[in-house]
Amino acid sequence: MTDTYSRAGNAADPPYLHPDYQSTRVRAPKKPLIVIPQTLSETTGPVYGHSDVRPEEADLTIGHAGEPLGERIIVTGRVLDEAGRPVPNSLIEIWQCNAAGRYRHAIDQHDAPLDPNFTGAGRCVTDADGRYRFVTIKPGAYPWRNHPNAWRPAHIHFSLFGPSFLTRLVTQMYFPGDPLFPFDPIFNSVPDPKARERLVCKFDLATTKPEWALGYVFDIVLRGRNATPMDPDHA
Amino acid sequence: MPERTPSQTVGPYLHIGLIQAELGRSDFAGPLVADQGMAGTHIRIEGRIVDGEGNVVPDAVVEVWQADAAGRYAHPADGRQLASNSFRGFGRCPTAKDGTFHFRTIKPGSVPGPDGTTQAPHINVGILARGLLKRLFTRIYFAGEAANASDPILARVPAERRDTLIARRDPADPAVYRFDIRLQGDDETVFFDA
Repeated sequence: MTDTYSRAGNAADPPYLHPDYQSTRVRAPKKPLIVIPQTLSETTGPVYGHSDVRPEEADLTIGHAGEPLGERIIVTGRVLDEAGRPVPNSLIEIWQCNAAGRYRHAIDQHDAPLDPNFTGAGRCVTDADGRYRFVTIKPGAYPWRNHPNAWRPAHIHFSLFGPSFLTRLVTQMYFPGDPLFPFDPIFNSVPDPKARERLVCKFDLATTKPEWALGYVFDIVLRGRNATPMDPDHA
Repeated sequence: MPERTPSQTVGPYLHIGLIQAELGRSDFAGPLVADQGMAGTHIRIEGRIVDGEGNVVPDAVVEVWQADAAGRYAHPADGRQLASNSFRGFGRCPTAKDGTFHFRTIKPGSVPGPDGTTQAPHINVGILARGLLKRLFTRIYFAGEAANASDPILARVPAERRDTLIARRDPADPAVYRFDIRLQGDDETVFFDA
């Protein structure tokens, strides 16, 4: 049985064990993964679409009594497969800390203020061209205890489903030119520096809205299908 | 051609984005995969995630994907008609402080396997957590299921490790299956690469 979804691009992912990121040492599996064929259980997957999400959930700056503090930004882009085809009608979930680098979460004890006007969660569904668009505020950097003086570069978490169980992707989007890149073990867990650059959005003047917000473009490429083998009878 | 966007960890604050019920928002998916009205054998899956040092993992999210009782998936790649339009087959549950998770669902039917084979009833499981730079993929199979013996995926797993994939019936409640996940160690759960 031939694979429906390509395996070649998996090389872009980090390994489970990346010792510089301390938590991987006790959570990465040590035994080899069992390679299995892609069955109907893997080539299918949850289908969520426009009926599951309200349009206003794509704007993280609304829904509170006032406006959040920080630099308002637009984050937009397309979700594509490895053949460059758009992934339409696909759910995206994002979450992030506020402009001061603090998450609205019980276990975040960073000594930085919470913003009563910012929760940090958004959802949207890609359109027919695979396009999405969020309005939010630029997240701050924050310290974590992985190693002495460890700071995470500013990032937004992205969660995507795509068309099957195998296309599921959870990743983080970073901002261009962050001085913390060389010191961040999570960013650097991606082995290929070129693949790492694909986690960094690009500033875009055309997306930038005059007198209102800077615009950033972040295209996301999900696992794609293998080319369909030519039927010998119809070649 | 565009190249793949690499995976990154879900991190410890996943609840903000993935478990919106905690913020008082409606969630499209939770631990309830099939409500009481759904045809099939209703079961509860209960488990715990433990790391390589035996500590519970309180900051993971478990996602399940399964067929209905007739072995059909709510997805266009499965061309067969489902008995119920309300069955979507997906569930999501964050682990609690004690590392536990649970799902209320129906036992799935057998589904087609590769090359004309049939797969024993199973549920696909994805695990995301701080310290996991990419999702882990495993499967729940069911104890006492005769079809396990001929399942083409279980057949690829070394016999001495197959037990890690079999949910055990709770002696006190036959509707409850236990499925613990060990991320690392001697009795490490089998994880797949598909």
